[in-house]
Amino acid sequence: MIGLSLVPTASWYLILAAVLFGIGTFGVLVRRNPLVMFMCIELMLNAVNLSFVTLARQLNDINGQTIVFFVMVVAAAEVVVGLGIIVAIMRNRSSVTADDLAELKG
Amino acid sequence: MNDQIAEFAGPAIDWFSVSPLVVLLAGALLLLLVGSLTPAWRRGWYGLASAVTAGVAIVLSVVLWRDIATSGPKLLVGGALALDKFTLLATIAICAATLLVSLVTSDYLAGENSDSPEIYALYLTAAIGGIVMVAANDLVVLFLGLETLSLSLYLLAASNRKRAESQEAGLKYFILGGFASAFFLYGVALTYGTTGSTRLIDINGALNSYITVPRNDTLLLVGIGLMIVGFGFKVSLVPFQAWTPDVYQGSPTPVTAFMASAGKVAALVALVRVFVTAFPSRADDWGPAVLVLSALTLVVGSVVAVVQTDVKRMLAYSSISHAGFILVGLEASSHRSSADVGDGLVAIGVYVVLYAALVVGTFSIVTVVARNTSDGATSLDAFKGIGKNNPVLALAMTVLLLAQAGVPLTSGFVAKFGVIQAAVSVGSYKLAVIAMVCAVIAAFVYLRIMVSMWLSDSTISEPVKVPLFSAVAITVAVVVTLAVGILPSLLLNLTSGLSQLAIK
Repeated sequence: MIGLSLVPTASWYLILAAVLFGIGTFGVLVRRNPLVMFMCIELMLNAVNLSFVTLARQLNDINGQTIVFFVMVVAAAEVVVGLGIIVAIMRNRSSVTADDLAELKG
Repeated sequence: MNDQIAEFAGPAIDWFSVSPLVVLLAGALLLLLVGSLTPAWRRGWYGLASAVTAGVAIVLSVVLWRDIATSGPKLLVGGALALDKFTLLATIAICAATLLVSLVTSDYLAGENSDSPEIYALYLTAAIGGIVMVAANDLVVLFLGLETLSLSLYLLAASNRKRAESQEAGLKYFILGGFASAFFLYGVALTYGTTGSTRLIDINGALNSYITVPRNDTLLLVGIGLMIVGFGFKVSLVPFQAWTPDVYQGSPTPVTAFMASAGKVAALVALVRVFVTAFPSRADDWGPAVLVLSALTLVVGSVVAVVQTDVKRMLAYSSISHAGFILVGLEASSHRSSADVGDGLVAIGVYVVLYAALVVGTFSIVTVVARNTSDGATSLDAFKGIGKNNPVLALAMTVLLLAQAGVPLTSGFVAKFGVIQAAVSVGSYKLAVIAMVCAVIAAFVYLRIMVSMWLSDSTISEPVKVPLFSAVAITVAVVVTLAVGILPSLLLNLTSGLSQLAIK
């Protein structure tokens, strides 16, 4: 009617992915809690997954969808390693924020 | 759809060609499995097992090298991995770094009164990730290699549970590394969206058919940009270098040696392969970006190193400036057509090998010296008077530092001469001049350490002892540095055909 179609097209999903990626990036840069920073990184990876699926659909190519599984496995491995490191730090200190981690600078 | 699944057959795998990877994986699994089932081994045996594994991988790589020299480069595992001299040279550098670092770690852990197989298993898995990265002919395979390498490195950085700095280094590295991986992956996604493939060679093919099949170039350029950012974090190019000094300082020193050698070699070689193989048709776009990054990295790496007081931080900045030098070689390749990538690539291959030997040797000496200080600190004061205390060790350090500065008759000169010559031969005079000026500024840093060693009075009374394994590692590094410095043809004769990358 007014040239505005409300049927979602591929570019809607690409834009959503870009926005999610942006939110994740912003979160890593401004939040001070390593756990939240870590969640923001996961958000970025999942935004990329959304782009992969959308692009695969657009190209009518199965590879892009397969890649998503690889990324999910990597993200899971990252969780294991990241939480391991955070827990190891928690044991020595009562709390962890990025500002507490200031022993190394110069 | 069901028919497709029924017909699916995995790609043929030439097991001999991937044997270095298989050996390293077997070594890592054996260390973990046997190490956890048997009572603690005698001191040093875990390190020795890891070193032997890496040694076998080197031997296999050399055999493969001779194979490739006669039969030419080829693609493996359905085109996911490339096997050519460039890959093998980097593979040998990574395995050699793993071997030497395993030896040094063994002594380091003895000093900390702990020995365990996990650290060595992580070195080996990190080496696998690095080798997959340098061989990757597919952006997704490259990403998997990158993560295998990075995840091992995060754990290695945080591996000293007694020291708070080590854990802090691990967490910082983890957050920024994960951040960088996400950027890299987004770049891969956008490139895939534009070209319909993640294979480096198919990407190049798709981009070369651009005129007949018009596509959206904006997405592609954003993708390339995001990949540069991702790689920039990994190889610590300015302005993405902020984590490097902290992580290098906080990690256990042998781990720092490993990060600075194997980790950096893998990321740089992968970076070069991606841009030279997949995007030669867009060299006009990424060439200037690489030029700016290279110049910034050289200047900041050299200048900021001068004001540091901790030797590990100085060497961290020096490793940043080395990455700048290697980008000078990449910038030179951006001026070539895809058929002839030329001197730049050869210079980069030579640089990464020599740099790996240099950096492992230097950090090994830092490890040995730090053992003698009360708290394992690596400030410049710890090096005071080493020249009188242990002249042989100080002489070895002097040779390695002179080589890092690029003084003639050392390997550093051969390496730096190669990249600058490549830059000059394609007419990038600006970058060549910046590189040479920065080499002079960086030399001041190395001189500061040398002055501390030779001209100050010692603060420690007993002589610095060099444990056996570390002595072997340092000797190997110094011998390589001097041998290639005095007889460059030893290495340069091997480089014929180095710029011939596998394309089919």
